[in-house]
Amino acid sequence: MPADFFHRGPTPLTRLAIFGLLSLALLFADTRYRYLENVRQAVAIALYPAARALEMPGLAFAWVADYFGSKRRLADENAALRQELVARAPATMGYARVEEENARLRALLDVRTRDAATAIAVQVLYAGRDPFAQKVFIDKGTSAGVHAGAGVIDESGVVGQVTRVYPYMSEVTLITDRDQAVPVQVERNGARSVLFGNGTGRSPELRFTSPTADLRVGDRLLTSGLDGAYPPGLAVAEIIDVVRDTGQMFARIVCKPLAGIDHSRFLLVLAPSAQLPARPEEPAEPDAAKKPGRAKLRRAP
Amino acid sequence: MGTFVPASPEEILRPAKFWFVLLSIAAGLALNLVPLPQALMTYRPDFLALVLLYWCIQEPRFVGVGTAWLVGLVMDVGDATVFGQHALAYAVLAYGAEYFRRRVLRFPLWQQAVQVALLLALCSLIVLLVRFVGGATLPKWTYLAPALVGACLWPLVSVLLQSPQRPSRSRRRDGF
Repeated sequence: MPADFFHRGPTPLTRLAIFGLLSLALLFADTRYRYLENVRQAVAIALYPAARALEMPGLAFAWVADYFGSKRRLADENAALRQELVARAPATMGYARVEEENARLRALLDVRTRDAATAIAVQVLYAGRDPFAQKVFIDKGTSAGVHAGAGVIDESGVVGQVTRVYPYMSEVTLITDRDQAVPVQVERNGARSVLFGNGTGRSPELRFTSPTADLRVGDRLLTSGLDGAYPPGLAVAEIIDVVRDTGQMFARIVCKPLAGIDHSRFLLVLAPSAQLPARPEEPAEPDAAKKPGRAKLRRAP
Repeated sequence: MGTFVPASPEEILRPAKFWFVLLSIAAGLALNLVPLPQALMTYRPDFLALVLLYWCIQEPRFVGVGTAWLVGLVMDVGDATVFGQHALAYAVLAYGAEYFRRRVLRFPLWQQAVQVALLLALCSLIVLLVRFVGGATLPKWTYLAPALVGACLWPLVSVLLQSPQRPSRSRRRDGF
């Protein structure tokens, strides 16, 4: 054995073995048991100022661009916004009346009232780098009242769902993520289905739809509100392709999200609208009863 | 600053300052997390891996498998990925750097870049492997594009990170 002139600790291979095993243990602990959420929270808090600072170049750029943007363009934008405001006024004015009428009818029918949806306006801090997941990080967390499981929308439709909350930021899984599912309803005929995300670069699809289902290209899909995560009636996606192959068990229905999934900066986090009644016991299959009330559906095997 | 030439293997570099190593790692992390348009995101190289790789080769006593592993954990949180995925990839990267650091500096920069491309690709393949276990599907070929872009940036990164450690005398001697 050679003399130990320069003490340098264990050899790189030993270190690799140690740290490799540690990583595997962490991977296992994190995926299987979620033991490490506290550690994650701590590191996330430490990273938070950095994440805010990283926004600065983009914000500064936008600010400079705004500052030098022509007065003409601003005026045009202002006019367009005013016009939109007026265009929406009848709907807004009608809404209050309908709301009241609805409340009375519901009281008459003895149905629990829907809570007035309170929402939190947020901004996207940064998009996740992970090519396997479709996630963005927003600038508000538990301190602002964001809850895991809350739906997130932008001005044109559903963007995703809050999947992890930190004190000052939260993680939003987009509806295009592979593990994300949104219960939807076709606007035209009310047919219910579930929209499954398909991962990066692929369009979401309605899975397990019978080839004879009445679905057409151009149909708009709205949230059905059945999961309690999203209030009913929010625009989600539009059908862009319907492939009916009689040899297949299911039709392939490709959809395009209506919201600006990958470019909206300003989003709205919705408060969970209504408390759903407790899920009835399902003693038949132990597997089905294992995760009651999970908003995020698992991909079927 | 006129010359954009890496130090020759014969040149004796000053030891790297601890704060500079820390700062460069922080900068790498920042570049990894800064928001970019979706189109650029696909091609964004893993700056953190590049910086780690450089220090593993140049200052193996400061930065080794352990440091790379710790930095990988931070990256896992920043990315909201499973704990240990980047940690494992970076630890293997650091080991690879340790394995070939004695000879890689003898090559000209572009040949170093080829070897760096292989290491970075290995790094992303480990991540891919971990994701496969988690049930991911095969990504498009662009999944390996960041490794190539990273390798192209290697000359820039190594000259940049080297500049504070080169004695000012040698820079003058280059001119003769």
